Amino acid sequence: MLDISNIYFKHRSPEVEVLRGISFRVETGHVATLLGPNGSGKTTLFKCIAGLWQQQEGTITCDGKDIAPLPPERRARLLAVVPQEHEPPFPYSVFDAVLMGRASHVSLFSSPSRDDYGQTERAMETVGISHLRERPYTKISGGERQLVLIARALAQEAPLLLLDEPTSQLDFRNQILILNRVREIVRHEGLTVLMTLHDPNLAMQFSDRVVMIDEGHIIAKGIPPDVLTVDNLKKIYGIDVAIISCNGTKVICPRVI
Amino acid sequence: MSFTGKYLVYLTGWCTGLKTKPSLYIAILLSPLIAGWFSLFIGAYEISPMQILTLIAREITPFLQNPDSTEQAIVIDIRLPRVLLAGLVGIALSVTGVTFQGIFRNPLVDPFILGISAGAAFGCALSVGFLPWLPIQIMAFLFGIVAVVLAYSIARTQGEISRLPLILSGVIISAFFTAMVSIVKFMVDPMKLQNIVYWIMGSFALADWKFVRIVGIGLAVSLVPIFLMRWRLNVISMGEDEAKAMGVHVKRDRIIFIAASTLAVSVAVSVSGIIGWVGLMVPHLIRMISGPDHKSLVPLSMAGGAAFMICADTIARNLTTFDLPVGIITAITGAPFFIYLMKKGGKESWGR
Repeated sequence: MLDISNIYFKHRSPEVEVLRGISFRVETGHVATLLGPNGSGKTTLFKCIAGLWQQQEGTITCDGKDIAPLPPERRARLLAVVPQEHEPPFPYSVFDAVLMGRASHVSLFSSPSRDDYGQTERAMETVGISHLRERPYTKISGGERQLVLIARALAQEAPLLLLDEPTSQLDFRNQILILNRVREIVRHEGLTVLMTLHDPNLAMQFSDRVVMIDEGHIIAKGIPPDVLTVDNLKKIYGIDVAIISCNGTKVICPRVI
Repeated sequence: MSFTGKYLVYLTGWCTGLKTKPSLYIAILLSPLIAGWFSLFIGAYEISPMQILTLIAREITPFLQNPDSTEQAIVIDIRLPRVLLAGLVGIALSVTGVTFQGIFRNPLVDPFILGISAGAAFGCALSVGFLPWLPIQIMAFLFGIVAVVLAYSIARTQGEISRLPLILSGVIISAFFTAMVSIVKFMVDPMKLQNIVYWIMGSFALADWKFVRIVGIGLAVSLVPIFLMRWRLNVISMGEDEAKAMGVHVKRDRIIFIAASTLAVSVAVSVSGIIGWVGLMVPHLIRMISGPDHKSLVPLSMAGGAAFMICADTIARNLTTFDLPVGIITAITGAPFFIYLMKKGGKESWGR
C-alpha cells in the first residue's frame, strides 16, 4: 500500500540532516506504528508522507503512485491525515467539521452535494459520534475530538490513514478506546494505517508492524515482539526495561534507575 | 404555506444549506429590502411609504412613466441610488470581512483593520490628486493589494500566522497609508483637497446612478467567486497544513479569495471613502445567529451587511440637519464593539 524508499531530508537553515535513508513498506490492511524518541525524525517523515514537506531524495509511493507530483486533491484521495490536537478558530459543529473531509471531492466552485452529506453521516456512524452532530466541536472532550478527526479522515474516503500521535492528548482510558476503535474500523473498512506513538506498550498491543527509528535511521522493523526488544528499546531510549509476559500479552516496564 | 413562502424557504435552503431556523434566516435575507423601503420614505421631504412603492413600481414597469414631480426626483434620482449604493457597499465590506476572518483564521480582522481600506484610499487620493485621467478604481485596487500583501508578509513569521501580529501589522500598514494620504493632501491644490477630505470621511452623499453601476459591476466580478467558493473557507480556516492534507490547493484558493476581496473593498472605497468596522461587526452578529459555517455565513452576512449599512446611512442622513458622514456612525458603534469582542474572547482572541 505504502512504499517508502530511501528517504533523505535536510532542513535548509540550519542545515541538519533529519532523515538518512529511510525505507519500509506498509502492507494493505495493516496497522503500522512508527516509534522513536523525540527528535528522531518521526514527525518529519510524517510530514513528507502527508505531502507537506518535500524530501530531497527518495520516493514515497501510495497505491503504486508516486505522491510527490500529485496535486493536493488527488493526494487527499489516497491518504487522509488525522492531525494532533489543534486549535480551531471557529466553533464549527461536529457535522460541519467531519464534512470538511469531503473537500477533495468537492469541485472548486461548488459546495458539498447530497452525496457528500451522505458520506459524512456514514463516517460519523462508523466512528460512533452521530449523537454529537450538532455540538460545537470546540466544546467536546479531547477523546471525542480525536474521534471527530478520525471521522473526518474516513469521510475523505482514502485507503490509507495517517495518524499523528493519536493518543498524545488523551487520558489512560481514551488512549485504549481510540486505538481499539481505530483497529476495528480499519478491519471493517479494509483500510491501512500508519501512525506514530510514544508509548511502546500501545505499539505492542495495537499494531501489526512496528518501524523503530532513531536519528533518522531505521533501527528495526517487523512484527511488534521482534522489534520491541530489551536491546532495541535500550538503544533508542537509553533506559533499561524489562519485558514481562502477562496473560499472553507482552508488557514493557522501565526499570527504575 | 403559500407558493411564494415555499419558494423562499427553498431558496434560503439552497444558499445557506440550512438545518434550522428557516424563518430567522428568511428575515435576515429580506432585511435589506425592508431597511431600504424605510430609508426611502424617511427624510427631510415627507413622502408616504405607499407612494414610494407606486413610484418604484411605475419606474420598473415598461411603458409606464412617472410624471415629472418633486417626489419622483427625490426618490428615483436621489434617495434610491443612495440606498442601493449603501446596500452594495455594505455587502462588499461584510463579505470581505468574513473572507479575511476565514482565511487568516482570525475573528478580529476586517479590511479596515488589515489596512486595505487605507491602502485603497491612498490609491484613490493619488488618482484624484494627480492622475485625473485614470479611473480611480485601478489605483485603489493596486494599493489595496499592496496593503494586504504587506500586512500579511509582515505578520507571517514562520509558517502559520498567529492572531496578534496580523492585527499589529494591519495597524502599521494603516498608519503608513494614512500618512501617505496626508502627503497627497498636503501637495494637491485646495479645490481637490476639499474633495479628498470629504470623501475619505466615508459618506454616501455623492451617490448617483453612475456610482451604483460601477459598484454593481465591481461586486458582480469579485463576489461571484467568493460566493461559489464559500464552503472552502471552512476548510481553509482549519489552517494551512490541515487544509492541504484534506486536498485543498491552499495557496491558489487564498490568492483567489484575497484578490477578489481586495477588488470588492477597493471598489467600495472608491465610491464611498473609508467606512470602517462593518466587516467586523456584521459577520460577528450573524455568526451568533447562524453559527460559523461559511456556507450560510456568507449569504447571511451579505444581507445583514446591506441592511446594516442602509440603516447606518439613514441615521447619518437624518440625525442632524447636516448630512453626517456614515463612517462616523460606524466608527462610533464599531470601536466599543471591538472592545466587547476582545473582552468576551478573553485571552483566546489575542492569540497565542
